[in-house]
Amino acid sequence: MAIYTKEEARQIMEKALSFSTADACVINMGGSESGNIRYARNTVSTSGHRSNQTLAVEASYGKKSGTATVDEFDDESLKNVVKRAEELAKLSPENPEFMAPLAPQTYDDSITFVEATANIKPEFRAEVAAKSINPASEQDVTAAGFLDDSSGFSAMLNSNGLFAYNKSTDVGFTVTMRTNDGTGSGWVSRDFNDVRKFNPEEAAKVAIDKAVMSREARAIEPGKYTVILEPAASADLLRNMSGAFNARTADEGRSFMSKDDGTKMGQKIVDERVNVWSDPLHPDVPTSTWNGEGLPLKKMKWIENGVVKNLAYSRYWAKEKGVDPVPFPSNFIMEGGDASREELIKSTKRGILVTRLWYIRSVDPQTLLYTGLTRDGTFYIENGKIRYPVKNFRFNESPIIMLNNLEALGEQVRINGNLIPYMKVRDFTFTSLSDAI
Amino acid sequence: MKRRKFVQLSGMGAGAAMLVPSMMMGSSITADALLMPGMDILTKRKLADVALNTARSLGSTYADARIGRYLNQYVFTREDKVQNVVNTESFGIGIRVIANGTWGFASTNSVTEDGIMKATQQAVAIAKANSKIQKDPVQLAPVESHGEVSWKTPIKKDFKKVPVSEKVDLLLSANAAAMENGANFVNSALFMVNEQKYFASTEGSYIDQDIHRIWPTFGVTAIDRGAGKFKSRQAMSAPMGMGYEYMDGLESEKLEGPSGLRLYRNSYDIVEDATLAAKQAKEMLTAKSVQPGKYDLVLEPNHLGLTIHESVGHPLELDRVLGYEANYAGTSFATLDKWKSGDFKYGSDIVNLVADKTQKHSLGAVGFDDEGVKTKKWDLVRNGVLTNYQAIRDQVHMIDQKESHGCCYAQSWNDVQFQRMPNVSLEAGKEKYSINDMIKNVEKGIYIAGRGSYSIDQQRYNFQFGGTVFYEIKNGEIVGMLDDVAYQSNTQEFWNSCTKICDESDYRMFGSFFDGKGQPSQVSAVSHGSSTSRFDGVNVINTGRSV
Repeated sequence: MAIYTKEEARQIMEKALSFSTADACVINMGGSESGNIRYARNTVSTSGHRSNQTLAVEASYGKKSGTATVDEFDDESLKNVVKRAEELAKLSPENPEFMAPLAPQTYDDSITFVEATANIKPEFRAEVAAKSINPASEQDVTAAGFLDDSSGFSAMLNSNGLFAYNKSTDVGFTVTMRTNDGTGSGWVSRDFNDVRKFNPEEAAKVAIDKAVMSREARAIEPGKYTVILEPAASADLLRNMSGAFNARTADEGRSFMSKDDGTKMGQKIVDERVNVWSDPLHPDVPTSTWNGEGLPLKKMKWIENGVVKNLAYSRYWAKEKGVDPVPFPSNFIMEGGDASREELIKSTKRGILVTRLWYIRSVDPQTLLYTGLTRDGTFYIENGKIRYPVKNFRFNESPIIMLNNLEALGEQVRINGNLIPYMKVRDFTFTSLSDAI
Repeated sequence: MKRRKFVQLSGMGAGAAMLVPSMMMGSSITADALLMPGMDILTKRKLADVALNTARSLGSTYADARIGRYLNQYVFTREDKVQNVVNTESFGIGIRVIANGTWGFASTNSVTEDGIMKATQQAVAIAKANSKIQKDPVQLAPVESHGEVSWKTPIKKDFKKVPVSEKVDLLLSANAAAMENGANFVNSALFMVNEQKYFASTEGSYIDQDIHRIWPTFGVTAIDRGAGKFKSRQAMSAPMGMGYEYMDGLESEKLEGPSGLRLYRNSYDIVEDATLAAKQAKEMLTAKSVQPGKYDLVLEPNHLGLTIHESVGHPLELDRVLGYEANYAGTSFATLDKWKSGDFKYGSDIVNLVADKTQKHSLGAVGFDDEGVKTKKWDLVRNGVLTNYQAIRDQVHMIDQKESHGCCYAQSWNDVQFQRMPNVSLEAGKEKYSINDMIKNVEKGIYIAGRGSYSIDQQRYNFQFGGTVFYEIKNGEIVGMLDDVAYQSNTQEFWNSCTKICDESDYRMFGSFFDGKGQPSQVSAVSHGSSTSRFDGVNVINTGRSV
């Protein structure tokens, strides 16, 4: 049994703490049960089930710390793991950035755990696979997909009296549909805390339709185009951008957020319609209400009307700078508009619809320039209609430039635990063509 | 895809977090405990037989058991501080079976008779359940029964016996050298891995292997706050299949590059490299921005290795060609019909690309792969023509071959083994050329050293690569440093533009320590050897932007 209740976890951790003789002690505990199924060539390839549980003790003497872990929780094991952590701490060099354990905090109750997801059985995973494979086979299409579900808990207790606990469930699904003549490919991604929101038939249909529609793509000249980015396409670029909201690298002068001798806090960096925040209690993308440092997570604005509102400060950097710590965002929520995908297409005279971006890598951290390629469904739009599929492009673009060239925002969609709107952006930079399908 | 699969360890380079896959971690132990002997070999054999016998009694036609002990030591520093010293151990058993013609796999860290029997039962149950939707039964190519054998990475210094303080002191000396030479920030790290793997299968093999890998690396950052610019220069080291002797910095293993560059073969001088890195990072702040256009590129091995990895290593993985990776890494342009034609020109006539799981000092070198096949060397591209793929026991029948290539690998006992990239290398040229010989006939070109930004499409046609340092070549001479350089090409076009390759005396290995593939994703480590090579008329773009 890898999922412990709040009380069970607390009892085990208190027992471990009772063996501690160090100046300070922080105990983290976690466990998960996860299962997956993988399929390709319209048949199942591999699948598996894993159960993990672990308890980590960080013991400190002054600024010297050591961490030891154990996966068995009887008294003897707990006593030994504390002893090992304490031995390690004595041998470790001093960490000048050591922070004493945080005092007790108050946390909101999270909404991350859903019983239905925790109860997923192997038969359900096989059914999901069949719901991709069967419709694919009927349409001369080949399915390759992956379903991965997990339920788990994490808890923290320290020698300063802080206790935190969270339980969560996740299910993630992706499928790639390729036409058997090798000329078309479609893809879809879905993820939820609550598996009851997942409709495998609907997801498979989206990918199959894209595969069939994308057959025999035409080559058009690379260059600057108006694009409609599906949320899966912009999500990774935006996630990379969120990494720049680190106060320390900004202060150190080695970040896009650095400016003169300070940071871009308070400066307008993107279009005024851009509003980005994080919120652990958002019903569509809930997260834990505390982070790895034990800090409470609350709704936090990062960009308001295009202006940088906050940068994230670790406890150490906050102390150095004499400010309150600001935890890194646990999710990324970008305000959208009312327009549906179809409405965004209808209002486009000439443009490209992008399903997803692939193999995104940083080219220049100074400007947040990234490169990558379109994949699994790229279409040419003319006079409000999708006209034909086009060959994939390589792009070289910065999310900062992209969000300055914003034309319109559409409905939000959950992608990898974040909430991202459809976006129409002008002058998106495609630098070459790819023959990849 | 999932954020929880990564553990954030320490900042490397310009604000980018260094993410180490969480599966590369294990339980924390003391450095001394790394030296404790693991389970003795007789016990391993007895326990592996429990798995094999249980699998047979439940109707499996094949089974293998891998008892693994994975020891890691990682050291992270920045400037004059030690950020983290991590020692981990992971121990357990993975059992793979074929029942009803279908694979099943289960793993457990309860390495006892009872724990192993339960895991084996689970593996068989999974195989039987999945067999209901299996279309073609698994076909295994025959393999030799090896009996009891062993293999060890030939190392001179076991990292586990070198005191942590010595490693910390070395990194801090490198950091100090960088700071003294004008760096604003420096992050350095040392990754050391020891895989103690025991393999047994119903084919009659009991294989004990002891594998070592090491990777020293750093990022040196120089900042010009007035100009609002920062530049980072990464280490010119390569991860290697060696012991701690790689850190010796032997003069005999150093090569002189253009413009005072120092290049390293099988021994690395981190202090010297950090010194130069600081000077070069500062020089980058004022380097000329490249004029986009066609250039002849002279590519240094520690740069070219990544291009080989992405544009040759991955597209010639047979599982990608067949579609097993379609939903994640992608498929391949190098389709079976191209291979069958026997005349598909992957590259120019001088391009010979070989796969090799036996190459000394390489990351991929082992005696036997993770399904008990003795490793070997084979051709992928000969005289420019595509000749073979990388395939394992259950795949080779699909390309009408009788023998596995021996490149099956799992990142730990906890994960199922599958086809992974062997070392893939460009053979050295036959004629004697120095690096200067490569540069002297280039009218308009760029010399690129070290790895940089890399991106390639899901069928491995279109790619874009940056580098660590770039030097402009005009009329056969290096005229200065360049900035904002990336080249874009198409795999077949690029390899067909290869016109000159240095000989063996310039041959060096590049390595990738955490190459990812599969769902759930697994990492592996692989090397790519080459000599400095010239590619004509490659499209170079300017990556500078103002925001």
